[in-house]
Amino acid sequence: MDQSQIAEVVERYLKGEMDSQEKQAFEEARKNNPELDQAVVEYHFFFEEMVRYGEVRRFKSNLYDTHHTLQENGEIKELQLTAGTRIINMWNKYRRVVAVAASIAGITTLFISGMITLFSPNRPIRDIEELRRKVSNLEKQSNNQTAEIKNFKSKIEPGADVKFGGTSFLIDQKGYLVTSAHVLKGANRIYVQSNDGVDYLAEIVKEDLNTDIAILKITDEEFKGNKQLPYGLGKSRNELAEPVFTMGYPKDEIVYNEGYLSAKSGLQGDTMSFQITISANPGNSGGPVFNKNGEIIGILNARQASASGVVFATKAKYIQTLVDEIKNSDKEENIRVKTVSTLKGISKPEQAKKVQDHIYMVKVVLS
Amino acid sequence: MWVTKNPLRVLKKRIVASQDQELAVFRAIGNNDKSAIESVYSENYALIQHFVISNNGTEDDARDIFQEAMMVLYEKARQQDFELTCQIRTYLYSVCRRLWLKKLQYARRMETQVENFDKLVPVEEDLEDHDKLTLQYQTMRTAMGKIGEPCKSLIEAFYVHRKNMHEIAGYFGYTNADNAKNQKYKCLVRLKKLFFAQYKNA
Repeated sequence: MDQSQIAEVVERYLKGEMDSQEKQAFEEARKNNPELDQAVVEYHFFFEEMVRYGEVRRFKSNLYDTHHTLQENGEIKELQLTAGTRIINMWNKYRRVVAVAASIAGITTLFISGMITLFSPNRPIRDIEELRRKVSNLEKQSNNQTAEIKNFKSKIEPGADVKFGGTSFLIDQKGYLVTSAHVLKGANRIYVQSNDGVDYLAEIVKEDLNTDIAILKITDEEFKGNKQLPYGLGKSRNELAEPVFTMGYPKDEIVYNEGYLSAKSGLQGDTMSFQITISANPGNSGGPVFNKNGEIIGILNARQASASGVVFATKAKYIQTLVDEIKNSDKEENIRVKTVSTLKGISKPEQAKKVQDHIYMVKVVLS
Repeated sequence: MWVTKNPLRVLKKRIVASQDQELAVFRAIGNNDKSAIESVYSENYALIQHFVISNNGTEDDARDIFQEAMMVLYEKARQQDFELTCQIRTYLYSVCRRLWLKKLQYARRMETQVENFDKLVPVEEDLEDHDKLTLQYQTMRTAMGKIGEPCKSLIEAFYVHRKNMHEIAGYFGYTNADNAKNQKYKCLVRLKKLFFAQYKNA
């Protein structure tokens, strides 16, 4: 008997699927064969764990579905705190900051009074040092915390042939992302990495090689949905010289770039895309192009090798076309694309800050 | 804990009825019953949400804490020798309160005033059990994460989604159920190895 045959026999035995004769023979064999006996003990434990694992997974997914349903029915609403509680909350939240600020003020005061009362300089100076150490201890603690948070484990198996494909962005907080179709070429598995460094498994929902757009869905059970998206698909007309910005992953960290719309058509008069002048690098592919109001107007897909700074982006309306195609097909995907953006009229750093959590790096595993 | 503040005012019959009902819901949670999950969820979520958010939490914190407490409830409902001695609501609230306090301490957001609820039950031991079970679950999850495709999907289809071998054969493109079954056992042998390696490490 080879290993997998043993597994089969033991499972049938443990599940009580043997008739009495077979069972008797098996138990006899077990007595005479310590290896088989050991296998039975191991599998007994293993199968119990396996079954429990399956049940917990089902329970978790039921919880997740329930939350989602209740939210859609409006039974779970975001809680608005009254002003009073919010102020208390802010006090609680910033209490430490206030404490640090106060102790720094304290140090300064001590220092100044130390300078003035030069008669007995030793004692106050020692006080100062002590307090300083406390402050740097605090700093160390918070550094440790950051290090701990950053020290996550990557899910991607070591040794896998990973290509850092490009950039993608959420169009529905439930985990639907848009990227360039060419980024996913030859992918065996796709991971997307959030701005805080967590990898999630994703799969292709639909791709259109013609417009070079693909829609991905995060299928990882650890993904619990994102915050509400601050941006939507722009409906306004795009004008020449309009300022635009993009965020993406030309390196392992999110990068912001800005430029302007330089032509309303793409390479050789391609009307599905437009031309922008921006500094973009490989890895920016699939990234969103925002106008100054924070509306998505396109998806970066290529740059002209012969000219510098000339980049082409597919027009955003083709995202909607693709989403509509998914809705009309028999796939059970419920994608809702926002059309309003809440980024209008705020400063660029604020816009970038609000957008960055919704931009994901695409990692493509080839093997 | 079943005694209400002023028991004389409540008919004895009604207490018994609601008690039975509550127990039935509790058992149904243990059986992964979707409608029971939904009713417990919709009846209690707002309470926990309010508690977490008014104690420095976010909407996401509220959801995570509530779902973890639901996991604890589920584990207890599956445990043969566990007896529910209070209302589900009280139990959930006690667990959430404990979990949230722990998280606050961990995050060093300083001690906060956690508002009082008139009924609390001790849940410390239950949470210790919960941590152990979570560790075991993670052991299996890590092993599953290492096994690779198509083994992972094949095993999940059988043990998580409870598909039968015919459905699995069709879905994965095996010519017949026996071939799929052989593959499943090959995968199981590998998974078992990974699982025990992981188990020894943990």
